[in-house]
Amino acid sequence: MKKLYCLIFILCSSLSFLLTGCGNSAFGENGQVIVYNWGEYIDPMAIDMFEEETGIKVIYEEFETNEIMYPKMVSGSTVYDVICPSDYMIQKMIENDLLAEINFDHIPNVVNIGTQYFEQSKEFDPENKYSIPYCFGTVGILYNKTMVKEPIDSWAVLWDETYYDNILMQDSVRDAFMVALKLNGYSMNTLNQTELETAKNALIQQKKLVQAYVIDQVRDKMISGEAAIGVIYSGEAIYTIRENPDLVYVIPKEGTNVWIDSWVIPKNAVNKENAEAFINFMCRPDIALINFEYITYSTPNTAAQALIEDNDIRTSPIAFPDLSLYKNLETFQYLGVEGTELYNNLWKEVKVY
Amino acid sequence: MIKNAIKRIYVAFIFIFLYAPIATLMILSFNASKTRAKWGGFTLTWYQALFLNEEIMQALFNTLLIALTASITATLIGTIACISIMNLKKYTRTIIIGITNIPMLNADIVTGISLMLLFISTGLRFGMGTILLSHITFCIPYVILNILPKMKQLNPYTYEAALDLGAGPVYGFMKVVFPEILPGILSGFLMAFTMSLDDFIITHFTKGAGADTLSTKIYTEVKKGIKPEMYALSTIIFLTVLLLLLLVNKSPSNTKNTTQ
Amino acid sequence: MNKKKLLGTPYFIWSTLFILIPLGIVFYYGLTDESGAFTLNNVMAISSPGHAKSLWISLGLSLVSTLICLFLAYPLAMILCSGDHSLQTGFLSSKSNAAHKNIIVLIFILPMWMNFLLRTLAWQTLLEKTGVINNILAFLHLPALKIINTPYAIILGMVYNFLPFMVLPVYNSLIKIDPNVIHAARDLGANEFQVFTKITLPLTTPGIISGITMVFIPALTTFLISKLLGGGKILLIGNVIEEEFTQASNWHLGSGLSIVLMMFIIFNMVVSAVFDKDGKGGTL
Repeated sequence: MKKLYCLIFILCSSLSFLLTGCGNSAFGENGQVIVYNWGEYIDPMAIDMFEEETGIKVIYEEFETNEIMYPKMVSGSTVYDVICPSDYMIQKMIENDLLAEINFDHIPNVVNIGTQYFEQSKEFDPENKYSIPYCFGTVGILYNKTMVKEPIDSWAVLWDETYYDNILMQDSVRDAFMVALKLNGYSMNTLNQTELETAKNALIQQKKLVQAYVIDQVRDKMISGEAAIGVIYSGEAIYTIRENPDLVYVIPKEGTNVWIDSWVIPKNAVNKENAEAFINFMCRPDIALINFEYITYSTPNTAAQALIEDNDIRTSPIAFPDLSLYKNLETFQYLGVEGTELYNNLWKEVKVY
Repeated sequence: MIKNAIKRIYVAFIFIFLYAPIATLMILSFNASKTRAKWGGFTLTWYQALFLNEEIMQALFNTLLIALTASITATLIGTIACISIMNLKKYTRTIIIGITNIPMLNADIVTGISLMLLFISTGLRFGMGTILLSHITFCIPYVILNILPKMKQLNPYTYEAALDLGAGPVYGFMKVVFPEILPGILSGFLMAFTMSLDDFIITHFTKGAGADTLSTKIYTEVKKGIKPEMYALSTIIFLTVLLLLLLVNKSPSNTKNTTQ
Repeated sequence: MNKKKLLGTPYFIWSTLFILIPLGIVFYYGLTDESGAFTLNNVMAISSPGHAKSLWISLGLSLVSTLICLFLAYPLAMILCSGDHSLQTGFLSSKSNAAHKNIIVLIFILPMWMNFLLRTLAWQTLLEKTGVINNILAFLHLPALKIINTPYAIILGMVYNFLPFMVLPVYNSLIKIDPNVIHAARDLGANEFQVFTKITLPLTTPGIISGITMVFIPALTTFLISKLLGGGKILLIGNVIEEEFTQASNWHLGSGLSIVLMMFIIFNMVVSAVFDKDGKGGTL
């Protein structure tokens, strides 16, 4: 009997060791920084280089959507030091007083970020106090030249019956509604009931033509020629066109979403200075370049843009579009608790229809 | 004869149904083209790249570590619990077995969410620890439900006879009860190990910073396109297991035959 | 005897901590609103047209999958078993029987060692418009198979993933049938059909019931199969719950719907428990 109790005791104590041990063993010589970023949104080499140069250990975690990130961050089950949310989520975090002001003195490399991107950021961070842009882009239509006869320039093509079972839509509330709202000439941040009803009905009407609602799988399916038309993020478009030259990316004439993902530091961050060192490192032109080449999402780092060797990419209207040429470009805004719920419910109606 | 042929065809049909996707994955692991849609010729590159891919290797290590620790711990706790469950009054026993059934019968998604909510409310750090706790939790029932039937088949008098003949309770247990329930323990362990290895949903909700298992790693890759290294790894795992199982299955039946 | 009861303590503590308390938390969230006040709204939300529809679709698809699994698995188990009985001659019978049984079990457990997500994704590669099956069909000048992103693909995914859970319990209950009982029935003049309906079927009811439970519940609650093979066009109740937690971050509603889901599971368990009692009486 005693032996058994011993065994249980040993078991329990080794378990508790495992639980506590994981947290503490990860310190580097200059402490650590816990980074929470989108999946596949950084070149692992850049993290290695940062660790080597600064001696700060990076604990890196990835999230799939802003909505998964938010409750995990709020719950405090892990205290993150640097997070990279999107525009509207940053606005929500600012409104809920969850972000720390960034000390720009600690981030001299911020001069490399183009001022126009800070200008754009003001839509969600009015005083540019809390966020530093990391990636940006547009949402547009990617189509396969061999499967689509006429050139495409409008969201309306997603409602064209000739492309039955050949259309890929984005499987997220805001992106899907953005398409339908823009098609009808409304703002993509609207809370107007009738406008939203119109958009919902358009989406329901479209559903029978849609082959699948996907998020990042658009990439694979477009490369393989599984579908003719897809709604895609510009960063994904660069990669897919590289893999399949038959593909073309367009920003529809009705306007679209210009999004920015930015670095922020949560108010409860433990290693704020390390976090700033990390952001500063990511703003370095050579590092921004490494990341751009790895993830193919456009970098707001103008110094890095100049370093791009491939002429086609450097001047690519997909990667670095002249936004002044397009009308009705918008950035997502936080809709508040009720607005978010309204959108979610309408989207659910579309999805179960 | 015809009847036998139909039977054979039927079994073959099911077999193809079960193994077609697996064959597909194996073939894809030799595909030179990076997307799964095109065949770009035969290559072994992914097998080389696999061992250089630190992230996948780390995920593999995590998966094995968690599966092993969880299934061993679950087997220990479960086996001990079985002894006690057998000695409970019928009413309490039903309740305990009912509770044991919960993680098995409940939806994985509910189990995962409930554990996530627990860990969040206790402020526990999400990571390998929380994954391990969850895996042990859903592994124990498999162990218990494999051992209990064996325990029920036991003749209680043999153990008591052992005690009467002067064996201590532990000694008696090890010599009399343990060999009888060993097959149950082993199959429980194996099942727990397999379940832990294959689990995605519960891990998905309870994982934390940097702690990825193969399943969660694949899930993030699904979104971006699976890396062919992953196909290579699963092919290796699958063939290894197949080989091991064939060996294990060959040897005991042989030894048993010779001992008889 | 008391000492023996004490041995269960670690497990009892464990199950309280990690089974009962977490469930309690789900109930807490499900039965309260944002401010923490008691409400039934989250549970009643199931009756909203959207939720109700996804629940019906889930129930329908999982029921169909369960039936297909049963009709595929039962003959299969019988064939595998008949192979066994023919082996049951001589003194080695029980041993070779055990080995044979192990191999059968292995054939069905083995695919689980290939990751669940990869296996399901492989079906996508097989079924896609430009996928393997359609390439073969095109090569043979046959019409293309169009089931990806439809409910049929989801059913296929469910049957594929959960078939082993049906085969194993049915096989286990078939193998337990004493061949002499069947011989006796035959001697008494029963034909094959009568043997099946009067003997085999009643004796395997417990196996069928536990198989149904083990297929129906994971099928009812899955969210991955519909995501990967349904093209996001069909929203199952599992998807709704998952999205409440990961996209809408409305934990209260997600928990409330989980409670509804659990009620279905409990209902299923009660039904199977009732049947199982009858069945056990038969087998003993």
